[in-house]
Amino acid sequence: LSQLVRWLGIKAEELGVEIYPGFAASEILYDSNHKVVGIATNDMGVAKDGSKRETFQRGVELKGRITLLAEGCRGSLSQKIMGNYKLREKVQAQHQTFALGIKEVWEIDESKHKPGSVLHTIGWPLDHKTYGGSFVYHMKDRQVSVGLVVALDYHNPYLNPYEEFQKLKHHPAIKRILEGGTVIQYGARTLNEGGLQSIPYPVFPGGAIIGCSAGFLNVPKIKGTHTAMKSGMLAAEATYGALHEGACMELYWDKLQKSWILDELYRARNFRPAFKYGLIPGLAFSALEHYILRGRSPLTLKHGKPDHEATEPASLHSPIQYPKSDGMLSFDVPTSLYRSNTNHVHDQPAHLHLRDPAIPKLVNLPHYAGPESRYCPARVYEYVQDDKGQPELHINAQNCLHCKACDIKDPKQNIEWTVPEGGGGPGYLVM
Amino acid sequence: MKIMVAVKRVIDYAVKIRVKSDKTGVEMNNVKMSMNPFCEIALEEALRIKEAGFATEVIAVSMGPAQCVDTLRTGLAMGADRAIHVDTSTSSSATNLTPLSVAKLLKKLVDLEKPGLLILGKQAIDDDCNQTGQMVAGLLKWPQGTFASKVILDKEKQVATVEREVDGGLETLYLDLPAVITTDLRLNQPRYATLPNIMKAKSKVIKKVTLEELGVEIKPDLEIVQVTEPPKRKAGVIVSSVDELIDKLKNEAHVI
Repeated sequence: LSQLVRWLGIKAEELGVEIYPGFAASEILYDSNHKVVGIATNDMGVAKDGSKRETFQRGVELKGRITLLAEGCRGSLSQKIMGNYKLREKVQAQHQTFALGIKEVWEIDESKHKPGSVLHTIGWPLDHKTYGGSFVYHMKDRQVSVGLVVALDYHNPYLNPYEEFQKLKHHPAIKRILEGGTVIQYGARTLNEGGLQSIPYPVFPGGAIIGCSAGFLNVPKIKGTHTAMKSGMLAAEATYGALHEGACMELYWDKLQKSWILDELYRARNFRPAFKYGLIPGLAFSALEHYILRGRSPLTLKHGKPDHEATEPASLHSPIQYPKSDGMLSFDVPTSLYRSNTNHVHDQPAHLHLRDPAIPKLVNLPHYAGPESRYCPARVYEYVQDDKGQPELHINAQNCLHCKACDIKDPKQNIEWTVPEGGGGPGYLVM
Repeated sequence: MKIMVAVKRVIDYAVKIRVKSDKTGVEMNNVKMSMNPFCEIALEEALRIKEAGFATEVIAVSMGPAQCVDTLRTGLAMGADRAIHVDTSTSSSATNLTPLSVAKLLKKLVDLEKPGLLILGKQAIDDDCNQTGQMVAGLLKWPQGTFASKVILDKEKQVATVEREVDGGLETLYLDLPAVITTDLRLNQPRYATLPNIMKAKSKVIKKVTLEELGVEIKPDLEIVQVTEPPKRKAGVIVSSVDELIDKLKNEAHVI
């Protein structure tokens, strides 16, 4: 995707679009009528303690008649907008559900490489109560992308998606493809699985939400880029109408409903919710839905609890023993992180905020055994002993891969992901 | 007085470098490129000198294929007044510019623009040569202050006082202008290119010149024979006694 986006960027600039990478939109600007008039970027050159560094630069306000938010899954500004304007309530949409995808790009043996080949698996290493699966896609230049997607409504707080991914690579079917190859890149990102039931009303005064920030991923197809791009095109048409022909942005919602996006998502709507009953019932219902009912079933299944509420107390589960990495197929987190080219200016305030700093010690650690130290694919969250031997939550914000898993999965929704200083983050080149 | 700053487009310092499987070089496809960090420091110093009133104009120059323009735009966004791009894409012999070639091109540009100060980064993070500044000073027969950690200008006496980071500590030199200065890490902290400045930089001029127009002939004088990854570090061994340590140092490592 990073390669596709770069290519699209070149095409856009040729058409005269101005693109400014390296600046983070941290704030939404409203006028006196509570209409969105643009965004503001965050200050750059702020030291860890909040003071101004030598290179301090104030953020700038970027105002526009229409603001389109395309932040991807769980966009930080989109979340605020959806809350402010009650966009989910407007169409009685359910909450969004998510999954965490962890991925590596490998360069493998010529003999094992079959460009264009697609492999999907479900089940192992995840148990029957945890939805998820893996993918192996053969790209060009002997490159293969392999990854594991774990739905974030998993119950066991001891689950470590990163380690499950390392386990996966040792399965004979996967091992034989990767053996002898080298890892080029590593990364992780959450994706939305809510489908039709979770789409909010995407228009707000002064703009709209497009792409995965709204959530158009087709879960059974495991594909969301096509609907995201189409939603962008439809928003563009509506924006043009609003800017030049005096039409209103609400046209975007009309266009969405009449488009193949919502039709496709309607037919795909029951697959994922069926898995809340377990792997086998989920598969059985999916077969029924796909082969017999063909997506035209009369009922619409609802999602279960929101992901952050689905985590059960650690007392009901036991820790999972994960095998050590072998350095050839499986790796430890620091090695993988190095391959993500992630970097943030060190001397800046942590961009991951705890709404209540006491909660990790009072809730996360005693009740849930500190799940953030397990689901974060970048080892941002670590519980270390302070001088008095008490566990303290350490936030290594510099490692962050911007996947948003913590913003989604934290049991008390205490962790808020905000934008770091512009330019920081993973450096995906072939992902 | 004009200041000329030479900047190089290199692989971003945070990117993990991979060696190409045919060992002819490192993987450059789909790799993030940025301005060499020492060149950023050089440009920052030039901008500060201009802001202090000692110079009228800062010119950023870069040599290489068309993409060098991106690096020059960053330089313009930081505050350079104009930029010159020496386009080597049309010349077949100049695919890999070596320090001597760059020095010859810089000498020609200096002859044309007549700056009072030529500031460069001490070395590029891709080849670590640390040669261009010194070579161009030799070609121009100008004084040089390399590894500068502090630069103070005296406009009346036309002298630059340069504090250099040398192996033994710090050395202070007085250089008569015009002079060549290469910058070290501790000289300054480069400023961010702000969004408004990036927007304004789009309209600033980048002049393109070719090797033919400059009348400089570039012959490749270095040939890269092979590029390999450094050997993997072997695991350490924990010895059980001092005698065993002495034995290993003597008989295995042959250092005593």
